Amino acid sequence: MRVQSGGLIDRNTRLTFRFDGQSYQGFAGDTLASALLANDIRLVGRSFKYHRPRGILSAGSEEPNALMTIGQGAYAEPNMRATTAELFDGMVAQSQNRWPSLGLDLLAINNLAAPFLGAGFYYKTFMWPKAFWEKLYEPIIRRAAGLGALSMAHNPDTYERAWAHCDLLVIGAGPAGLMAAKAAALAGLDVIICDEDTRSGGRLNAERLEVGGLPGADWAQALEAELRAMPNVRILLRTTVTGAYDGGTFGALEVLPETVARKTGGARACFWRIVARQSVLAAGAIERPVAFRNNDRPGIMTAGAVRAYINRWAVAPGRVVTVFGNNDDAHKTAADLLAAGVHVAALIDARPDATTELDVPFYPGAVVCDAHGSKGLEAITLQGPKGQEKISTDCLAMSGGWNPSVHLSCHMNGRPEWRDDLASFVPRAGAVPGMHAAGCCAGQMSTHAALQGGLQAAQVAAQALGVDLPDLAPPQAEDAPYRLAPLWAVPGKGRAWLDFQNDVTVKDVRQAAQENFRSVEHMKRYTTQGMATDQGKNSNVAALAVLADATGRGIPETGTTTFRPPYVPVPIAAMGAGAQGKGFAPERLTTSHAASLEMGAPMIAVGLWYRPSYFPRAGETHWRHSCDREVAHVRQAVGVCDVSTLGKIDIQGPDAGALLDFVYTNTFSTLKVGRARYGLMLREDGHVMDDGTTARLGETHFVMTTTTAAAGQVMKHLEFVTQALRPDLDVSFASVTEQWAQFAIAGPKARALLNGLLDAPVDDSNFPFMGCGAVSLQGVAGRLFRISFSGEHAYELAVPARFGDSLFRLLVARAEEMGGGAYGMEALNVLRVEKGFITHSEIHGRTTAFDVGLEKMISRKKDCIGQTMADRPGLSGPEREQLVGLLALGNARPLTAGAHLFKTGDEAISANDQGYITSVAYSPSLGQFIGLGFLRDGRARLGEEVQMVDHVRNVKTTCKVVNPVFFDPDGGRARG
Amino acid sequence: MGHALALERPAPDAGAQVWDDYVHNRENPAGETRDLWYHGLGCGAWLVVHRNTVTHEIYGAALARDVKGAGQ
Amino acid sequence: MRFSGFRILKEGLTGNKGWRPHWRDPEPKAEYDIVIIGGGGHGLSTAYYLAKEHGLRNIAVLEKGYIGGGNVGRNTTIVRANYNLPGNSEFYSHSLKLWEGLEQDLNYNVMMSQRGVLNLFHSDGQRDYAARRANSMINQGDDAQLLDREAVRRMVPFLDFDNVRFPIFGGLFHARGGTARHDAVAWGYARGADQRGVDLLQNCEVTGIDVENGRVRGVQTSRGPIRAKKVAMVVAGRTSQVAAMAGMRLPIESHILQAFVTEGLKPLIDNVVTFGMGHFYISQSDKGGLVFGGDLDFYASYAARGNLPMAEHVMEAAMTLMPAIGKARVLRSWGGIMDMSPDGSPIIDKTDIEGLYLNCGWCYGGFKAVPGSGNCFAHLIAQDRPHPAAARLRLDRFRTGRGLMDEEGTGAQHNLH
Repeated sequence: MRVQSGGLIDRNTRLTFRFDGQSYQGFAGDTLASALLANDIRLVGRSFKYHRPRGILSAGSEEPNALMTIGQGAYAEPNMRATTAELFDGMVAQSQNRWPSLGLDLLAINNLAAPFLGAGFYYKTFMWPKAFWEKLYEPIIRRAAGLGALSMAHNPDTYERAWAHCDLLVIGAGPAGLMAAKAAALAGLDVIICDEDTRSGGRLNAERLEVGGLPGADWAQALEAELRAMPNVRILLRTTVTGAYDGGTFGALEVLPETVARKTGGARACFWRIVARQSVLAAGAIERPVAFRNNDRPGIMTAGAVRAYINRWAVAPGRVVTVFGNNDDAHKTAADLLAAGVHVAALIDARPDATTELDVPFYPGAVVCDAHGSKGLEAITLQGPKGQEKISTDCLAMSGGWNPSVHLSCHMNGRPEWRDDLASFVPRAGAVPGMHAAGCCAGQMSTHAALQGGLQAAQVAAQALGVDLPDLAPPQAEDAPYRLAPLWAVPGKGRAWLDFQNDVTVKDVRQAAQENFRSVEHMKRYTTQGMATDQGKNSNVAALAVLADATGRGIPETGTTTFRPPYVPVPIAAMGAGAQGKGFAPERLTTSHAASLEMGAPMIAVGLWYRPSYFPRAGETHWRHSCDREVAHVRQAVGVCDVSTLGKIDIQGPDAGALLDFVYTNTFSTLKVGRARYGLMLREDGHVMDDGTTARLGETHFVMTTTTAAAGQVMKHLEFVTQALRPDLDVSFASVTEQWAQFAIAGPKARALLNGLLDAPVDDSNFPFMGCGAVSLQGVAGRLFRISFSGEHAYELAVPARFGDSLFRLLVARAEEMGGGAYGMEALNVLRVEKGFITHSEIHGRTTAFDVGLEKMISRKKDCIGQTMADRPGLSGPEREQLVGLLALGNARPLTAGAHLFKTGDEAISANDQGYITSVAYSPSLGQFIGLGFLRDGRARLGEEVQMVDHVRNVKTTCKVVNPVFFDPDGGRARG
Repeated sequence: MGHALALERPAPDAGAQVWDDYVHNRENPAGETRDLWYHGLGCGAWLVVHRNTVTHEIYGAALARDVKGAGQ
Repeated sequence: MRFSGFRILKEGLTGNKGWRPHWRDPEPKAEYDIVIIGGGGHGLSTAYYLAKEHGLRNIAVLEKGYIGGGNVGRNTTIVRANYNLPGNSEFYSHSLKLWEGLEQDLNYNVMMSQRGVLNLFHSDGQRDYAARRANSMINQGDDAQLLDREAVRRMVPFLDFDNVRFPIFGGLFHARGGTARHDAVAWGYARGADQRGVDLLQNCEVTGIDVENGRVRGVQTSRGPIRAKKVAMVVAGRTSQVAAMAGMRLPIESHILQAFVTEGLKPLIDNVVTFGMGHFYISQSDKGGLVFGGDLDFYASYAARGNLPMAEHVMEAAMTLMPAIGKARVLRSWGGIMDMSPDGSPIIDKTDIEGLYLNCGWCYGGFKAVPGSGNCFAHLIAQDRPHPAAARLRLDRFRTGRGLMDEEGTGAQHNLH
């Protein structure tokens, strides 16, 4: 029911919203929760296990009951807290976890079966018959479990991420946080202040308190305006600091107002990474409920929430309200209700010595022991010194005291400190380096203490930064003492709830202790206490107290469970913003990319690069048509292929040769200028890391080529070797992969093509096989390498990347004129398999130089990385699977990569496994399927027939073991 | 010492145990350690970082190049 | 006490007053035949199988905190036998067979749910490697299917198949893989071991290992010295420290692996799904939370908590693979301490000290190994010879280079874990 006047709402702006299909109205400034209460909606959800009717418990992000799905279709967001959802015009909200409706939920039958569904019941049953768990029980449980549902459409909203640095991060813009921010800002510090609420002020917005002679909320607004005017202050409202991490790093979730996000198409939320030199934790406190029989009835809320609804939103959560507590806040609540003209049925204070001057029925030394009314509170029963009494009421405000929001202080494994006077935990100093707690969060419970505490925390932070704070006195504010007598659970029969959402009751915790789940972690995991969406914010301390009581230990000895990030749930889309679609990884494009697309080439991802698969021509209907033709071009005329993606590392310096000798197994220091050599690189553990060709362009100048796949790894390796192992080497290097566009020109007509373009022709004398050097191409300075990955007479021509596009087009045009053309990855693969050249399909990280038949390349005249460990007995010998060629016998069945090899006649089982196939190709040159693979003791088995078995593709092929070089085994074509 | 032992690469003839220790075996301390970090998305520097594996506190850092150089 | 639906009914009708402790809290004895250091999943299952299969009773499990408090209680609960290489292949196959029927064996519902594990691949090369692995699985007697893109689409229609950086080419589906309720596994084994007379000693930290003349004699603990004929170390996350008490230096580095769970949601992901272009794996718990994880944070740590860059990277992988879960909200994150071995595979072996046994190096894969690890380790301890399924999990493979099991092919490189 809306109260006639007051509140921080805009009564001139009416908003229409729908809840479960019904239309309602609220005001700007409402949350969904306050608007529902204003419309007398009390039943808002169902609990997780028993499907008990539930109402709004709180007025903050800790809300365990009022979880809604807000929005429709792909925009629908499940599990939104009605208590923090800003109302907007046209909001559509749905209750969750009920069927067929909130009022009639058939699974509420679970409530009747409650005696059989106690803590951990599912560990003890559903085991017979064996097959029934997955077929029957589990599907039923899964359907019954869960809260809201996702639409399963791709996320249609925009999310963002942002980064910020500051001197001081202030977490919470209540009195303590505002004071800390002000003091630090006046001292010139760069300050960020975050608050999860839509306005600063914290509890001041919910209380009738004055600060510095102003209503508290007004004081906060004025100070916020003052801070906003300062250039060194950033105020992030609707921004919850979600986690504290190493090095002063914090995560924070900024939720943009629905109205802004939708209308502008702007981001729905932004996930911040904030790095702060110091921080003030002024996160406030959360009021805890009291456990008593049926304390989960809709209409029972925390007293602080009742005051918030009355004072901030001008909503009376009930017409006849009862107040129950163990501390003075109960009295404050009754006073606020009276001030708003709401009838107070009773003020019940568990403390026998409590007094009041309020004109209400007062019950000192009494407790509420039961609540009545299923879908909404109708009455409570109290147990007083004079016996029981039933009181009609439709709302109960309860206060069990406040739990400081210590969570962030525990994110780096720090444990909070127990304070007897608060009957709760406070942050332990130093638990997060550079973090200082202030305000209620630090147990400073009065407004004055909070303001003072904020100043002190800022002082400590400033000192740590070597800055003096200006002399600042806190404004005038109340300084009432905080008095409470701990009351965790009212004794009695029936179920008294601790964790409302997960339906964990006092009985469950006691049963856990009875079953020897006495460690607090065991109790939590066994009962699911504290594992709901509020992560125990409402219930952990009370549950701990019940466990302590059940086990006969004190609360500090019982310990706490660990608070872990995030403080409030964070959408995956916010933390992963930017990655949806193609944003997950950068796209690297070669200079021939556009031309390749124009030629119709399908592009495939190779690492981060895109490379053309093949270049289809008219009439070709299958990739194999194109591929076979491109292979024939290379074998018979000339083909052109962009090989720029291979890593290119420019290495210079007097010790360049020495470095290469150390990282390659073979020797490079003796390589003549103008020559290139194939090199094999090992990891220190003796396995092959990479291979490639390195060319010597000058006495102290080499260019190393790596595979596309290992370019980054090799670069990192060279950095390691030169910095950590051999800083004595006088050598520098840089990746020039992207600076040079490089094209393979391969085939019998390669030289003819080149000589039609180069300013000075090449021949066998100036560019013999494995020769290299500078060339001029229509005035452009390039580099030419006579190397071959196809087995043909071939070159790689490199030009500065800006000439890549035009050179590629030119080369392809010339090649086509000569009966050839461009070739893609498919043809490249066929050509290299025909020649038995290895790629990372073969050097997959588990192969040794011995395995690929290159052990002779490990020079014994020098030390090199991996040399010693390659000599381990297990890394060579007949037990190893060795590289072989495989020839399919008969054309009926192909070879498949990934198939395993067996002796003919052996059953295809692990015990008989002889090896596997890594690469296959249909060889147009040979007219049959060929493959490369690894076969146990393979080099000794040339000529043997083996069986290739690919279970998952259902292929079995007999093949002959052959030398891996299928084509032109003596290499005459490349040299000629 | 910690993992920064990578800097102390044994001689080729140091023997199997020494090499096994170098490549595989680790003190793996729970507490203070000096280990190697690579500034992969930046300058490519290898750093010896003096830090704590339990608290993640960092006490200091030096270029591996300098540490190695100083050891010679 | 035997658990059953009938028992629940009976207790429910009598106020649930009759439930008894799932395990005792005995005082330590002066001497045991076998002391197992570590009351995690592996230690508890080792004790269980020693008692059940080898008839040994005089056993203690020493746990410095509470049982099941290590990685068995902080993982992504995935169970599978989908390895490529000899050693891992037969071991995980053995372990999966033990999972099948574990509830009945333990009389404890560990909620083993064979909902299938789908490993996606995103290139021809990945497809070929998936095929090789799938064939290894079938050769081993396990199940595997190679699915094409359309078959994957039928199975998980809400993935982003079209406008995505790394398109989905297909997937390797392992139908017998799935998930289990992690805590229940620890508790089930604990209860089973306790019922067979094993002493579970919680809050009992081992501070020293007594070795005389090359033979183990017992341990020093926070609850006093305990003599033992055999001592088994199975303390993932603290392996190096415990081994150091016996003078050993192991090929282990401790790293952080983070995991995440969302708020509860109605069922949407039936299987375990893994991304092939980055570490990301996800399933949905019976409670409705999406449980997912990613790669190591990549620095040695015992902090059991990670940092934002890797957390954000995991979310990025989620968003590129399945943008339909963008509006699911991460409720909690945590970190486990991974015992990383140089080849990414485990060690179950004797040590050079007589009577001292070692079980470590489970890397990211420890949870699914719990039954197999305990079963094989118990065999080794009881019989002093390896179980056939774990005969290749030797400590000396790094020194000799024989039988390395480097599934990912990354090798033993400094700082490249």
